[in-house]
Amino acid sequence: MTTASIHIDGNAYSVTAGQSLLRACLSLGFNVPYFCWHPALESVGACRQCAVKLYRDEKDTRGRIAMSCMTPVTDGMIVSIEDPDVRKFRARNIEWLMLNHPHDCPVCDEGGECHLQDMTVMTGHTYRRTRFRKRTYRNQDLGPFVNHEMNRCIQCYRCVRFYRDYAHGRDLDVFGIHDSVYFGRHEDGVLQNIFAGNLVEICPTGVFTDKTGKRHFVRKWDLQTAPSVCVHCGLGCNIIPGERGGELRRIRNRFNGSVNGYFLCDRGRYGYEFVNSPSRVRQPLRRDGRGEHHKPLRSEEARALFADILSRKGRVVGVGSPRASLEANFALRALVGPEHFFAGMADTELALIQRQIDIMKIGPVPAIPLGKVATCDAVLVLGEDVTNTAPILALNILQACRNAPMARADALHIPRWEDRAAREAAQQVKGPFFLITAHDTWLDESAELVFKGTPDDIARLGFVVAHFLDEDCPSVAGMDGDRTDIARTIARSLGQARDPLIISGPGTGSGYVIDAAANIAWALRKNNRNARLSFTVPECNSLGLAFMASQAVDSALAAVERGAADTLVILENDLFRRTDKDRIIACLNACKHVVLLDHLMHGTASLADLVLPVGTFAETTGTLVSSEGRAQRFFQVYAPQGDIRPSWQWMRDAMTVRGTLRGASWRYLDDIIAAIAGEFPELQPVIDSAPPGAFRIKGLKVPRETHRVSGRTSIHADTTVHEPKPPDDPDSPFAFSMEGYGGKPPSSLIPRFWAPRWNSVQALNKFQSEVGSDLVGGDPGCMVIEPNTGEEPVYRQSIPEVLAPSGSLVPVPLYHIFGSEELSMFSSSVAGRAPCPYVALNPRDASRLGLSNGDEVEIAGRWRGPVVLRAGLPEGIVGVPSGLPGTGAGITGGRVDVTKVTS
Amino acid sequence: MSTQERSRKKPLTRAMRSDGEPLGIKEYEMSGGYEGLGKALRDMSPHDVIEEVTASNLRGRGGAGFPTGMKWSAVPPDDGSAPHRYVISNSDEMEPGAFKDRILMEGNPHQLVEGLIIAGYATQSDRGYIFLRWAYGRSAQRLKRAIEEAYGAGYLGHNILNSGYSLDIYLHISAGRYICGEETALLNSIEGKRAIPRGRPPFPQVCGLWGRPAVVNNAETLSNVPHIIRNGADWYRALSLSADGGTKMYAVSGKVKNPGAWELPMGITMRELLYDHAGGIKEGLKLKGIIPGGASTDFLLEEHLDTAMDYDSVQKAGSRLGTGTMIILDDKTCPVGMVHNLERFFSRESCGWCTPCREGLPWVEKMLRAIENGQGHHEDIEILEEHTRLLRPGNTFCVHAPGAMEPLQSALKFFRADFEQHIEEGRCPYK
Repeated sequence: MTTASIHIDGNAYSVTAGQSLLRACLSLGFNVPYFCWHPALESVGACRQCAVKLYRDEKDTRGRIAMSCMTPVTDGMIVSIEDPDVRKFRARNIEWLMLNHPHDCPVCDEGGECHLQDMTVMTGHTYRRTRFRKRTYRNQDLGPFVNHEMNRCIQCYRCVRFYRDYAHGRDLDVFGIHDSVYFGRHEDGVLQNIFAGNLVEICPTGVFTDKTGKRHFVRKWDLQTAPSVCVHCGLGCNIIPGERGGELRRIRNRFNGSVNGYFLCDRGRYGYEFVNSPSRVRQPLRRDGRGEHHKPLRSEEARALFADILSRKGRVVGVGSPRASLEANFALRALVGPEHFFAGMADTELALIQRQIDIMKIGPVPAIPLGKVATCDAVLVLGEDVTNTAPILALNILQACRNAPMARADALHIPRWEDRAAREAAQQVKGPFFLITAHDTWLDESAELVFKGTPDDIARLGFVVAHFLDEDCPSVAGMDGDRTDIARTIARSLGQARDPLIISGPGTGSGYVIDAAANIAWALRKNNRNARLSFTVPECNSLGLAFMASQAVDSALAAVERGAADTLVILENDLFRRTDKDRIIACLNACKHVVLLDHLMHGTASLADLVLPVGTFAETTGTLVSSEGRAQRFFQVYAPQGDIRPSWQWMRDAMTVRGTLRGASWRYLDDIIAAIAGEFPELQPVIDSAPPGAFRIKGLKVPRETHRVSGRTSIHADTTVHEPKPPDDPDSPFAFSMEGYGGKPPSSLIPRFWAPRWNSVQALNKFQSEVGSDLVGGDPGCMVIEPNTGEEPVYRQSIPEVLAPSGSLVPVPLYHIFGSEELSMFSSSVAGRAPCPYVALNPRDASRLGLSNGDEVEIAGRWRGPVVLRAGLPEGIVGVPSGLPGTGAGITGGRVDVTKVTS
Repeated sequence: MSTQERSRKKPLTRAMRSDGEPLGIKEYEMSGGYEGLGKALRDMSPHDVIEEVTASNLRGRGGAGFPTGMKWSAVPPDDGSAPHRYVISNSDEMEPGAFKDRILMEGNPHQLVEGLIIAGYATQSDRGYIFLRWAYGRSAQRLKRAIEEAYGAGYLGHNILNSGYSLDIYLHISAGRYICGEETALLNSIEGKRAIPRGRPPFPQVCGLWGRPAVVNNAETLSNVPHIIRNGADWYRALSLSADGGTKMYAVSGKVKNPGAWELPMGITMRELLYDHAGGIKEGLKLKGIIPGGASTDFLLEEHLDTAMDYDSVQKAGSRLGTGTMIILDDKTCPVGMVHNLERFFSRESCGWCTPCREGLPWVEKMLRAIENGQGHHEDIEILEEHTRLLRPGNTFCVHAPGAMEPLQSALKFFRADFEQHIEEGRCPYK
């Protein structure tokens, strides 16, 4: 990167040469208006809003108008943003856009955080001069997530560029010409792309708005917000939840350059409504005997009862939760004692995740930050259906696939930021992206090479790839020629790449797959220090929990079964998702006491003797460790109503009553964090993942409410004419108030993106060190796994055998972005997109078994569903959807028989 | 000048039949057709061909007048990194007032095919397209037949005339939008994308069609090429009365006695064209204005009649030669109505990509309609003038809107009183 000295309105600046002038101007802090440009989508020159004046040399006094987004920065260039001609042009450009834009801001959901409003005010266009009718469009029903109001469209083309070019969606396009260009589907219908919700933030005005938010709409300035972390998968995307009146209203993206960047998946954006769900546990519940209905009880009674249960000298075991914070899990661990603490997942799953942690710890191949995946130039996915288990990773893989073909644009000296020209040069050439999975996935069509097989097949192929990369890797006997060729092709491509990335995860249930991925990454590393690994995990704190426990649910139940335990304390968990249903029922019935701390009524809750209402991510503060090993703090957005409290406080209080346990002395969340760091040295960075509760800037807390929040003194007028004192929050640097520090807080404490003259999400520009790069002060989060790059890894030697042919089928879990994750299924918009239970079979297997579409079948005596024929599923595999509500734990490993149910 | 001599000076049209039927391949060959191709393949290197065309001063007949040889020489040498390079005939003639390419394609389709093959050889392209306006059904039939005949005679396909050079030509019928005539929009259209112009650089010669080099030439331009190669650059330059080489298909429409199109030496004056060929204005009418080169060129006036119809002279007079197809405005036709008619076309044909064009042109059209209908406001003239200043190349993504502003800006200048009278009287005084 070379530096260029440029002059803007008489002042000299030093910037990176070759970037677009618009990006350089914005990074320097200038307010240059724009619409079609977006830091992730780059330049196309459509809207003509970012016009500036360029001068040939110092003698040139007239200059010429040019679009800054289409102008590369060159050394010595002379620019004016403030020249009267170009200011006038920008105002006139807004006037043109306003010719057809309805003046419906007061009833538009975008109002108050509308980029078009901001840019209009910025250019100074005020009064309309046209007297002609505005054109109108028919709007479409685009499904449960995104609302469509085309009359507001200013034709910036961002939506289709994001949807089609960036997210590889197909069912949104641009139709028509001249001043009746239309952005929509070919007919009404649900937007199919799983990143469609980003249209809400991509659209600079109110064409695409959040349809779920519409049901409980609140202006941005009236939302109480705090920085948070998505709880709907293990990637740890950063989010900004917004609340008002005790109801969570929406989720917006919180940029983190090392994690999610600009985008969220639709599960992450729309899963939030579980927080407002009618299934919420809002008060303590107890039942007097098995089979009785739950009855509410008062908070103090519940606290006393919980303490009483614990003090009965019972044999207590605790089951933690991969969807609860480190702090909550640690509190339970302290409550029951480390030897009685069990991770709230299947033992097999815990083993797989710990295997991943071991590989990451040994190094020498570090886990790649999610935000850097797009910079890789070759990607191998081994086993994991990332589209459904780690959606934003899939989105980033699509961007990585562009890098190798972009060499063609580079050779033609086309800057990559000149988006249309660069895409024209690269055409539809596919980059080196290899997909080895158990079934067809959405990413297949983007891959250069696709292989489908059983988890063992996947692992074996992976081991062969590793062997081709390094002969010291174990070889695999009995590979056929085709597969050997595939492995050779993949090995060659990965070996030639500058930044190769290997992605795997526990999705197939096979440890061999994870080992094979490790061998490939290690073999690559021998010749390429840039090689990177990425392992997914199923839930938002799977990784964090795996640090704290060595046993999991099956072991906890075994303890009950052998009489070693008679009291079960379950943290934020529905055990029925973890293991066999009958076994759980038997164990819960065998216990004297079952206490559940959770926020939703589910199967386990209905069998618990005592249910304690706890806060969701939006109502508590805590730390999660993402799949890459990044500890990230999520902050309480609002004070929950009634008896809802953070899990750790219920447990702390119980310990206080007993008085003997260490947790009794914890006053604040930071006390637990300190205890965690003390107990687990590798989790020490958790302390630094965000400032402590006592953190103040100029003696002030960071306000959760905006400077413009309305109704502060009247919103409670129905109950009191006095302004109630806002709740205290000793656990975080945030205040439930509009008062506090008004400047920019540290990056991990940014409650919303908002800057003078920038009211929309685009205000983010003002929070980045350079537009599009990391946040000022560095991206939030701390890595808890520092790979030991000095150690020479020992290749994994254990390779699965080829099983003899048999009539039975290998069960493979099928993940659904909408359906497989527990919490989001309590959100009605997401639940509406989920499939019903089914059993997927290859048509040839089905025909061999005498089964056809729709036949009711049973697997392993515990799974039932209608047959769905799926040609993308290889022969010999039966696909069973994972995690659908009420279907219990999935089936993995071994072989099963599929039998027709005749009734 | 003898008839023979005169016809030698009309290389594009002299061989055409008088009955309106196209020249078949035999007739075309009899008239010297495909001799240029034979000569190029046999005696000349691709570089020689480009040199010859450069020396001929042939300039692009689509309207911009870019030197053809220079365009070809910008194609980088074939490094063999990827297959395919393309030559394309822009036969998407849609400029209001222009019908010159149609005459050439209907009357002598082989001439275009031969020109395209020579252009392909010069640029070492292996694929050719004729991008044809959807409405030109007769041209389509005749070009299709010509292409088939050329394949049959060994002028197309593998190893043309045993030269080792191969080329395939496809006839692509456009879906019918004016903007497809813009060469980069045309390329997007062939690729199956929306017909939106591209930015430059990269130029099509470097990254044109499917990421590969492509040269796009107007159909008339390409039709000149066989004659240049057969007869030489000196001969071709000598056909012209000006520095720009060759003859030109000129046309006149409007209320003239004999509207039509003629092949004439490049650089004859507007007066000759209007009076000697189009027969002058109809009885009882007076000349009020001239659009010299198709709808997207500025009006000129009677005082400009002695301007030579070549690229530089018309530009100097304040307009552009464009397609060389003149539209005459008489004193009984409303200039506001005429400009409104043109702007309605340009507004409708905006591709919708950039704001000034997509939103500005319809506003212009609505104001002109209001003025013409007697509902104009005095501020409208100011806003219209402002548009002629703001819709400038550089401010807009391509030159569609700037082209649309040319007749408007000169109409506001020359016929301002008409606009004002419309507004003051609240009606069109011509009705």
